[in-house]
Amino acid sequence: MAILSKDEAQAIMKKVLGFAKADETEVGLGGQQSGNIRYARNAVSTAGEVSNLNLSVSSSFGKRTGNATINEFDDASLEKVVRRAEELARLAPENPEYMPLLGPSNFAESIGFIPSTAAMTPDTRAEMVAKSLKVSKDNKLESAGFLQNSAGFRAMANSKGLFAYNKSTDVSFSVTVRNQEGTGSGYVDHSFNDVGKLDTLALTKIAANKATSSAGAKAIEPGRYTVILEPLAASDMLGGIIRGFEQRTADEGRSFMSKKGGGTRLGEQLFDEKVNIISDPMNPELPGATWSGDGMPVEKTVWVENGVVKNLACSRFWAQKKGLKPLSGPGGGRFGGGGMIMAGGTASIEDMIKNTEKGILVTRFWYIRMVDQQTLVQTGLTRDGTFYIENGQIKFPVKNFRFNESPIIMLNNVEELGKPVRSGSSILPPMKIRDFTFTSLSDAI
Amino acid sequence: MKRKDFIYYTGMSLGSLMLPKMSAFGRDIDPAEALQGVDAAVKKELADVALNAAKSKGASYADVRIGRYLRQFVATRDKRVQGVANTENYGVGIRVLVNGAWGFAATNAVSKDAIAKAAEQAVAVAKANAKIQGEPVQLAPQKGFGEVSWKAPIEINAFEVPIKEKVDLLLQVNDIAITNGASFVTAMISAVNEQKYFASTDGSYIDQDIHRIYPTFNVTKIDRAAGKFMQRNALSAPMGMGYEYMHARPQDRLSGIVTRYKDRYDILEDVKNATKDVDDKLKAKSVEPGKYDLVLDPSHLWLTIHESVGHPTELDRVLGYEANYAGTSFLTLDKWQSKKFNFGNKNVNIVADKLQKGSLGAVGWDDEGVKCREWDLIKDGILVNYQTIRDQAHIIGLKESQGCCYSQGWDDVQFQRMPNVSLRPGKQKLSVDDMIKNVEKGIYIIGDGSYSIDQQRYNFQFGGQTFYEITNGKITGMLNDVAYQSNTQEFWNSCAAICDESDYRLGGSFNDGKGQPSQSSAVSHGSSTTRFNGVNVINTARKIG
Repeated sequence: MAILSKDEAQAIMKKVLGFAKADETEVGLGGQQSGNIRYARNAVSTAGEVSNLNLSVSSSFGKRTGNATINEFDDASLEKVVRRAEELARLAPENPEYMPLLGPSNFAESIGFIPSTAAMTPDTRAEMVAKSLKVSKDNKLESAGFLQNSAGFRAMANSKGLFAYNKSTDVSFSVTVRNQEGTGSGYVDHSFNDVGKLDTLALTKIAANKATSSAGAKAIEPGRYTVILEPLAASDMLGGIIRGFEQRTADEGRSFMSKKGGGTRLGEQLFDEKVNIISDPMNPELPGATWSGDGMPVEKTVWVENGVVKNLACSRFWAQKKGLKPLSGPGGGRFGGGGMIMAGGTASIEDMIKNTEKGILVTRFWYIRMVDQQTLVQTGLTRDGTFYIENGQIKFPVKNFRFNESPIIMLNNVEELGKPVRSGSSILPPMKIRDFTFTSLSDAI
Repeated sequence: MKRKDFIYYTGMSLGSLMLPKMSAFGRDIDPAEALQGVDAAVKKELADVALNAAKSKGASYADVRIGRYLRQFVATRDKRVQGVANTENYGVGIRVLVNGAWGFAATNAVSKDAIAKAAEQAVAVAKANAKIQGEPVQLAPQKGFGEVSWKAPIEINAFEVPIKEKVDLLLQVNDIAITNGASFVTAMISAVNEQKYFASTDGSYIDQDIHRIYPTFNVTKIDRAAGKFMQRNALSAPMGMGYEYMHARPQDRLSGIVTRYKDRYDILEDVKNATKDVDDKLKAKSVEPGKYDLVLDPSHLWLTIHESVGHPTELDRVLGYEANYAGTSFLTLDKWQSKKFNFGNKNVNIVADKLQKGSLGAVGWDDEGVKCREWDLIKDGILVNYQTIRDQAHIIGLKESQGCCYSQGWDDVQFQRMPNVSLRPGKQKLSVDDMIKNVEKGIYIIGDGSYSIDQQRYNFQFGGQTFYEITNGKITGMLNDVAYQSNTQEFWNSCAAICDESDYRLGGSFNDGKGQPSQSSAVSHGSSTTRFNGVNVINTARKIG
């Protein structure tokens, strides 16, 4: 059984700690059950179920640390993995940045586990995919999609008495619908903790509509345009920015948060004042881990307030070195959890289109890669539904563009923010952005 | 450093091509365990359990992969070791064909009972899929090879080299960079050993031992007063070799504006050059956008080949199986059927090769028991073939698969992955210096940088590590903020000259991603330095206020 209760997890970890002889020992335990179904050309291609349970042990003698993991749980194996970690610790060089383990803490109970999502079966998945396939078959379109659900837990314990446990579920669905001529394509991609919120039929209809309406795209000149980015496109662009809210790289001079001449840009007005970004593991639409890999509590944190950067994530080592308070970062990076939540307004995408004189509506971006680490300039392309807007109406589909743009510049050029929705591991509003830089055209559909 | 931190670190520094699945990295083990393989006779006995169980439950075809995947990472930052990890992943994956549909199941419990149970599970999955399957799977015939084996021709097993030797080398790399003025440096050696056993109801029992190695570093220099920083990565290539790759010989060095490496690599020399390069980059001028003739070093061109030739010639993309993730391809079947689709200039000859010595994709047999070989993809500029596996071969009229099936681990189903795809060198004698002499207004690009291409592989943009301005046949200085944009067909038609065999080198990727759930594979791409005329270069510099 891959999903252990809090008591079951604690019992195993206590036993493991009982075998430990190192100065400090940290134990991690995690399990996941997941299932998936993939389809293309209007037929299922692959399907599978995977169950995993893993134990990790980190042993330290002074500043020497060794790590070992195992997925066997008899007493001999548990003792073996502890001895192996201790042996590696004795062989390892000293880590000058080693931080002593933290003691017990009161971690909030996570809210991300939904039993109905955990209870999904191959039949449930097949039924949900059948609804999606019906849309494409009925409309003489072709779909390719992927549905995946998982249920899991994570726990950690250490020789100083710390114990933490979280349980979560997740279901994600994406589908690309194309017309048979290959001249139009639409896409949707949504994730939820609760499968009850996933409607594969309705979502596939959106993708099908985009596939039909994007056919016969016209070429227009690349250049600077006002764009309306759907939440999926907005989240594609902003992933890199959130990782930049980090104290150490800013202090070291190798981040957009570094100040010319030294120091950081914390407290500066870096973005338009409409920009407000937080992370909150207790948000019901985007629940996250309540503790980080460092054993620190993860709490609601304000990152940007009215365009001013208010906090930078800081590891325990760097906090001690600089006399700062350690802070877990957003985005599930090195310091732990809580996805990015950006505030917006009440306008729908349709409302935003009505307010636009000339612009481009972008469904999603594709193959985004960093061009310049310092300015966060990225390149990538639009995909699966790009439309020209004039006088408050969508006029015609346009060929896909390649962009070269920085999310920092983008968040300075905010004209309007719509109603936020969950997109992957973020909650973001649709955004109307002026002067977005498209540099070339693509014939790809 | 903990494993998740290591993965984060490597992902950031290497700009991973795609996303390898976490479980592929396996569990940590003592280094000594890596040296012990599992006896082939034991694996045959276990494989027969799977095949017999599958057949008895109704499978018309079955294959089983027993895999032991070993990885070692040694990573350093400045004057300290960031992490040392040895991981092992061991288990069994069983694939079956029942009623014309595929089924797959995997277990990490390598016992006869667990394997038989997994085979039954795979049959059950296939039976469920068959109910909603469209056209039944049509599998190209494949003869059984009996009990055979293949071993990568390595000279030094990287797992046998003491960790201390690697740590000392990497700390020496960092010391050279810091001593020569770098602000920060990271360095890493990664080694992989896949011990794979494949058996099928065709009568094959194939035991393979595959090795890969990847040393790399990143040097950063910061100009605090100007508020700028510059970086340069190693000019190494990940290779299908042992630790001998780290021992460069005189014939492995190609002199020029910077030393480049052929077959073996000198990490100490390269880091010294890189530290000078970042210094020069801080002082270099920003490129004037416009049309340039590009001279592309193999350390750069491999990535352009990978993205613009390797991926669009994958038949599963052409057919639409990757439409929801990696995309489709502009190289549709009608273009291939015409036998005259002009992919590139007539000097462009691109070959798929699963046997190339020292390459990341070199194996004796693929992951469905097909013996590996070489074939043409682009011949004299014309599209002549694709990359296929057994259940696609009939679509392009082949009587057998081209052996392009691969899975990143025992717990993932095998599917179509790219073989080594390489540009053949020019037939006429031509050195890099001679090529540059003939360029009036150009840019010489060394090393790979940012990369992006659309979902049908038309429009692309590539950066690099270092850019040198060429004016009237001479290199006149270094440039910054360079990226070139083109359309695949236009780009390969602008190919004006290719250096000869003496300049031919491999580049490659350790982590090329594809599939849902995403899997990672390793692949090499060879070329000599090549010239492309009149390519659009943009200036990527922006002010962020």
